[in-house]
Amino acid sequence: MNINATLIGQIIAFAVFVWFCMKFVWPPLINSMEERAKKIADGLDAANRAERDLKLAQEKAGSQLREAKEQAAQIIEQANKRATQIIDEAKESARSEGDRIKVAAQAEIDQEVNRAKETLRSQVSALAVAGASKILETSIDLEKHDALLDQLAQEL
Amino acid sequence: MAGDSTSYIKHHLTNLTYGELPSGYERADGTVMSEASWTLAQDGAEAADMGFMAVHLDTLGWSIAIGFLIMFLFRRAAKNATTGVPSGFQNFVEILVEFIDNTVKESFHGRNPLIAPLALTIFTWVFMMNAMDLIPVDVIPALFGLVFEAAGQDPHHAYMKVVASTDPNITMGMSLTVFAMMIFYSIKVKGIGGFVGELTLHPFNVKNPVVQALFIPVNFFLEIVGLVAKPISLALRLFGNMYAGEMIFILIALMFPVGLLMASLAGVLQLGWAIFHILVITLQAFIFMMLTIVYLSMAHEDH
Repeated sequence: MNINATLIGQIIAFAVFVWFCMKFVWPPLINSMEERAKKIADGLDAANRAERDLKLAQEKAGSQLREAKEQAAQIIEQANKRATQIIDEAKESARSEGDRIKVAAQAEIDQEVNRAKETLRSQVSALAVAGASKILETSIDLEKHDALLDQLAQEL
Repeated sequence: MAGDSTSYIKHHLTNLTYGELPSGYERADGTVMSEASWTLAQDGAEAADMGFMAVHLDTLGWSIAIGFLIMFLFRRAAKNATTGVPSGFQNFVEILVEFIDNTVKESFHGRNPLIAPLALTIFTWVFMMNAMDLIPVDVIPALFGLVFEAAGQDPHHAYMKVVASTDPNITMGMSLTVFAMMIFYSIKVKGIGGFVGELTLHPFNVKNPVVQALFIPVNFFLEIVGLVAKPISLALRLFGNMYAGEMIFILIALMFPVGLLMASLAGVLQLGWAIFHILVITLQAFIFMMLTIVYLSMAHEDH
């Protein structure tokens, strides 16, 4: 148990081993471990990101589907509304057309009646003159009684 | 029997020492050195007389051999390190590296690429040196005795201490290196002024410069004692634990030749102590590493 040069030998050996460890053992080991840790972290990150992306995509698909359904419902409603409108319009136009036809027919009837009246009026004087001349069997001066006959026709 | 026990214990506690003996020195076997020369010590007294210029071939040899083994294994793992799935030995080394890395990150707050490899070296090396304690105390010395005899030497002088950390030279060698690093980094980080200030302005710090001047020698004394105590306690803690542990193994081994009953009792005791000792060797290696980290962390801290 004497203190001797073993001490110096151990100091040198210790220094050499520590130097060797620092130079050739520690850096490659710790580097490869850190790199692996980074790789694993990256992998986990990527997995998380993919999961999040999937969730987002699912949400997006759901919302799009819902939107599409809403749009479809809207379109159907609009179509229904438009159909009712068209029917109403058609009814309206048919009614007005009918009214118009009725009015035109009425006007024609009136016109016809007037025309018949006119014809009758124009012929009544001649008929009256012929009848009167037959009754009186005399010639009546047309010019003398024209005014009288016109007045008669007017009263018809 | 008592004499046998004493010589057995003495034999186990003597290092295989290689050193220079002066001319005219009377050796243990009665021969006298005709001239000064380097030789193996024949007993503890000779080893002591060799003075400082002597080397414990056994403990230093085991220490360096274990260091080489560890560095070889680590280097192989480091060369084959991949970023893919680690397997087998690489896995084990990575667990070790991660454990050391976490411990260093927790305790050492500066930035120094030396600390973690230093801690790894200390922990594994000290652990392996301590673990030599678990090999039954007589196996390697007995084998070495055979080799020694085959080489034409007296087997009584075949001293062989296999547990390097039971040699204070080994533990002091490590703790003094750590101490040198503490001083170096203290001066590097804080500057000479900062380091001297740390030694002289604490723990008593007074605003009044006259009173402070009176306190400087007191502070200096206290701080120097604290500073020097660090490497000494670091070395002696490991040495003491391992020396005591090995001593108990030797004492248990003494019971084996006494009789069947004692031998079986010794077997049980040896197993029990060895299992307990697994805890001690790990703990002591960890403490040595941890205190090294803490001391160096303190050296890096600027107040």
